[in-house]
Amino acid sequence: MNALNHGESQSPKSASWNVGDMIFKYLTSFFAALVLLLIALMAYEMYSSSSLSIQKFGWGFLIGTEWDPVMDQYGALPFVYGTLVSSFIALVLALPVGLGVAIFLTELAPKWIERPLSFTIELLAGIPSIVYGLWGFFVMVPWIRTTVEPFLSKYLGSIPLFAGAPYGVGMLAAGIILSIMILPIISSISRDVLKAVPIAQKEAALALGSTRWESTRIALSYSRSGIMGATILGLGRAFGETMAVTMVIGNRPVISASLFEPGYTMASVLANEFTEATSEMYISALIEIALVLFVVALLVNAAARLLVWSFTRNSDVGGRL
Amino acid sequence: MKTIFFRYRKIKNVGMYALCVASVLVALVPLMLIFYHTISHGLEALSVNFFTQLPKPVGEPGGGLGNAIVGTLILVGLGSLIGLPIGIFSGVYLSEFGNNKFGMIVRFMTDVLNGVPSIVTGVVAYTIVVLPAKHFSAYAGGFALGILMIPIVTRTTEEMLKTVPNSYREAALALGIPQWKTTLRIIIPSAIGGIVTGVMLAVARAAGETAPLLFTALNNRFWHTTLDQPIASLTVFIYNYGVSPFEDWIAQAWAGALVLILLILFLSVAVRFATRQRF
Repeated sequence: MNALNHGESQSPKSASWNVGDMIFKYLTSFFAALVLLLIALMAYEMYSSSSLSIQKFGWGFLIGTEWDPVMDQYGALPFVYGTLVSSFIALVLALPVGLGVAIFLTELAPKWIERPLSFTIELLAGIPSIVYGLWGFFVMVPWIRTTVEPFLSKYLGSIPLFAGAPYGVGMLAAGIILSIMILPIISSISRDVLKAVPIAQKEAALALGSTRWESTRIALSYSRSGIMGATILGLGRAFGETMAVTMVIGNRPVISASLFEPGYTMASVLANEFTEATSEMYISALIEIALVLFVVALLVNAAARLLVWSFTRNSDVGGRL
Repeated sequence: MKTIFFRYRKIKNVGMYALCVASVLVALVPLMLIFYHTISHGLEALSVNFFTQLPKPVGEPGGGLGNAIVGTLILVGLGSLIGLPIGIFSGVYLSEFGNNKFGMIVRFMTDVLNGVPSIVTGVVAYTIVVLPAKHFSAYAGGFALGILMIPIVTRTTEEMLKTVPNSYREAALALGIPQWKTTLRIIIPSAIGGIVTGVMLAVARAAGETAPLLFTALNNRFWHTTLDQPIASLTVFIYNYGVSPFEDWIAQAWAGALVLILLILFLSVAVRFATRQRF
């Protein structure tokens, strides 16, 4: 592709061709620039539409715990808390499983298992959020209420995290459904990252007499920045998930120590209250929540991409995701 | 002593790999369960009426989500009008001219855009389209879906164009064909299967989105006559029916989920088939 970027160095005779080439190049770069413009436009639109609430509450918006549309008083801390906690549960559950899958795919599976298996697991990423929500609401939540939560409170009930009545819906349910949803991201990127580890690293370990698992350990520590990137990407996805979480988290803006209690996330408050918002301040506060989500998504994705890119840049894999 | 340590390492070797196999099984269980429950619940309410009739009021049996299926098609179509041209052209730019700083920035920001939560896209569509017009419309929903489609189409187009061997470009240029013609008539046709793949992936993602439609396209219980009005979509109907207390509606929500999953499954397999054939 490199060899082609030399339109300007062609001989004067071919000037008439260059007009077409110039137009083509500027046309396509115009569309590429549109992508950048779009991101800037999104940021500007949300910033200007939430100016009312930004001016009134300032940074206190993020740490205020009062969410009271009747009194026009808005603080987003319960939502920030819900988003962070549910995503963290998801990460704790999905990371070991996702890494296990990635190791299985790169180290153990023969080719004829590897391809259909990675396809099947990536299908999880293709299932729409609303289907997860429906399944979570009607199948997973009853299971959590009758099996998981009684079990946890029986054996770990003395820890405040697992105390309280088993509602089914709540922080724990949101974390579990999110973990299923981010699993394919973590496993497929970790797989790409593990594949990019130079074979010499593993061969050297094996030659020194290590077991296969020990050579895998070497590959894991060699690729930890890439795996960190995969983890952060999964986290970013969990932050923004809306429908499935909205259907299973219980939607109550409270901060409670127990994971069995209902909660609320930034994305789900948008989904639930946006069409009902009547006062301008209410809408402005909701848009500010969207702005916070947007900025967090930008930061998280930028950090994760840099980590993954820096790791897989020199190999053929990984850039795609 | 030495042999004990060696045995410990051997056991650890087998044990850790056994855990890896176990995590594959753990990962597959929810997938199987989701498919099982969606199919078994969904088949109950699935019938010809589901595809052809309007939703009935509560208590009246029968009816379908015909308007919602048409609505989803319309919304995805509108989204494609925005997402495909921008996505394909910027993909062409990245692959053919993008080996510079600007290309790097665009590539990076496209990836970042891919990670922006879909509900945020809905909020942006609300402020840009709904607020000035003062009412919800199909246009607003299509706009939100279009933004979501751009990064998928861009990155797949770029990747697929890059798989075309450089010798094709060199041969065409050596014959005196201008670069724009080379790209449009030789490079793009060579990778068209892959580009279609990206389009299908984007369509699959857009068809399954709910969050950006909640306060842009809203919902509608009738057939659509104009794009300037709220429009129904399968996903929003699944949500509204799924959280309702009525059994008929919940059954129809499962049927809708089944239709959606079959559509996604069909597109994924088609994509896989298309990419394997060519590359």
